[in-house]
Amino acid sequence: MNGFRRDAGWYALILPAFLLMSVFYIAPIVQVLAISFTEPQPGLGNYERLFTSESIQRVIVTTLRICLITTVLALLLGYVLSYRIALSSARAQRWWILVVLVPLWISVLVRAFAWVTLLRRQGLVNNTLMEVGLISEPLALVWNEFGIIVGMVHYMVPYAVLPMLASMREIDPRLLAAARGLGASRGEVFFRVFLPLSLPGLVAAGVLVFIFSLGFYITPAILGGGKTLMVAEWIGLQILDLIRWGLGTMMATMLVVSILATLAVFSRIVDLRRIFGSGA
Amino acid sequence: MSVTGHALAFRGLTKRYGSFTAVEDVSLAVEQGEFLTLLGPSGSGKTTILMCIAGFVAPSAGAILLDGRDITALPPEKRDFGMVFQGYALFPHMTVAENVAFPLRVRRLGQAEREAKVRAALDLVQLAQFAERLPRQLSGGQQQRVALARALVFDPALLLLDEPLSALDKKLRAELQEELRALHRRVGRTFINVTHDQEEALALSDRVAILNHGKLVQEGAPAALYERPQTRFVADFLGKSNFLHGRVREVASGRIGLTARAMLLVQNLPDSTPRPALGTPVLLSLRPEKIMLLAEGESAENEAAGRIATWSYLGAGFSLVVDTPDLGPIRVVLPTWRAPIAPAEGLQVRLGWAADASVPVMDDAA
Repeated sequence: MNGFRRDAGWYALILPAFLLMSVFYIAPIVQVLAISFTEPQPGLGNYERLFTSESIQRVIVTTLRICLITTVLALLLGYVLSYRIALSSARAQRWWILVVLVPLWISVLVRAFAWVTLLRRQGLVNNTLMEVGLISEPLALVWNEFGIIVGMVHYMVPYAVLPMLASMREIDPRLLAAARGLGASRGEVFFRVFLPLSLPGLVAAGVLVFIFSLGFYITPAILGGGKTLMVAEWIGLQILDLIRWGLGTMMATMLVVSILATLAVFSRIVDLRRIFGSGA
Repeated sequence: MSVTGHALAFRGLTKRYGSFTAVEDVSLAVEQGEFLTLLGPSGSGKTTILMCIAGFVAPSAGAILLDGRDITALPPEKRDFGMVFQGYALFPHMTVAENVAFPLRVRRLGQAEREAKVRAALDLVQLAQFAERLPRQLSGGQQQRVALARALVFDPALLLLDEPLSALDKKLRAELQEELRALHRRVGRTFINVTHDQEEALALSDRVAILNHGKLVQEGAPAALYERPQTRFVADFLGKSNFLHGRVREVASGRIGLTARAMLLVQNLPDSTPRPALGTPVLLSLRPEKIMLLAEGESAENEAAGRIATWSYLGAGFSLVVDTPDLGPIRVVLPTWRAPIAPAEGLQVRLGWAADASVPVMDDAA
């Protein structure tokens, strides 16, 4: 009884935030998503299009492909970076983390346009390659899937680093010394001890990056040049340009559902608190 | 398990970190099958020496020899030494059996041979029934035994132990000390142990090397170190000791006479040791348990009267501090069983000790 009363006090403290979230955030979202069942006429008509419309299917497949490639690349780059950071001195770690976090403070819009100037036909990359003589024609580096993936991986690497670094820092360095003392080479120490122990962080980072990528809007819109559509941009197009609220909100609903489903699946494998960085 | 130990020696071992010298010119030979303990307070360089032997730390100068072969430049995984780490360093994602199999797996042993050896190693430490548990499901003592099994399973040339018992509570520590000693006899291997616990060092080792400030102070069998410390540091670090300051008054065959203020002291001194000159200061180490309380009419070669300043009851013994006018406070330990007196503060007592109870030590003022 006593415990309940103490808990009730804590819940009272959370109550204002809870009310604010439900009245001004969750309720409007549910209301918007409900449009998918009512526009243009009540029923599951919008959802039928998932199975009949090739263009919708193409958008979904493109989105999944880009997100998977982005996740794999961000994990690879992020893992190497985290490994390097985790093994450096405490002082060096602070600098590394600062360097990793700086891109997060720069607007996603600025970063996307920066990539455009680098990757366009007369951009720095193409000009350099042509001057060196490696290519004679400019490469199509932007306004396609390649450009989107470059921009997204760049955005996602810090999000991949943080959970992986957290789990690598929990690895007792004495375990690595012990493995070598017991006869393991550096490679074996990594594959038999370090990698398995950092796996929870790797999975957590993968889930975080993948979910984040699914809803990406600005980066694909700018670097895709309107030719490669991902789900978020497609939703924007339906609602803002074509005024097809039913179809747009249907896709939004699918996005929310697939994110929740991904979380539900992975919550059985990894501790979700690790992904969101709470509960040390 | 085979009963072949290997001999290890290091010569002029030195490790500097910038301007700080962690280990300074330490030379020591460990014989085949010997249990050697490196004993010292924290910062004495004992762990650095162990890490040099294991190959994790490269010495700034000096050589490490295994059976006469120079291994100073060999990486740790090529040295074939078993090691029990402080806190055991068991792999948390592997079962007990997988932990023990790890050294065999990285040595590419066949599965049948691997399983047989793991079973034998777990039997050795009486943990066969815990093979499928994870380390976190075991008690501290059991984890320690897994670490031992893992360090011994590949028939290492040497077993290195880094404070193997420090994480355990006192009672368990005593139990595992006996186990470790029995294990050493069973496997007949060379063990090198590092500890700051002098009781552990005395109980386990064939030989103890005492280190202080990166230097080797004294080495020898536990009893020799305890009974005949050469310096004040050794006498003080290994057990407890009283220190008596005196000046040489006379030198005779086999003994010397000293003055300590108004008091005369008699000290045995073998003729083989150099004779001190008259008037030189001498420091004597006198163990508290070698002092008797003299009853009325009893006498001893050395006698000092004083008053009990404080006393405490320790179960097996009484610990007294007796204030004497000439020697200052003297610590005395008496067995409680049939103690000659009932201690009380302020009680006047007479202390006595034989001329061979104390030993002259060098005052290294540590």
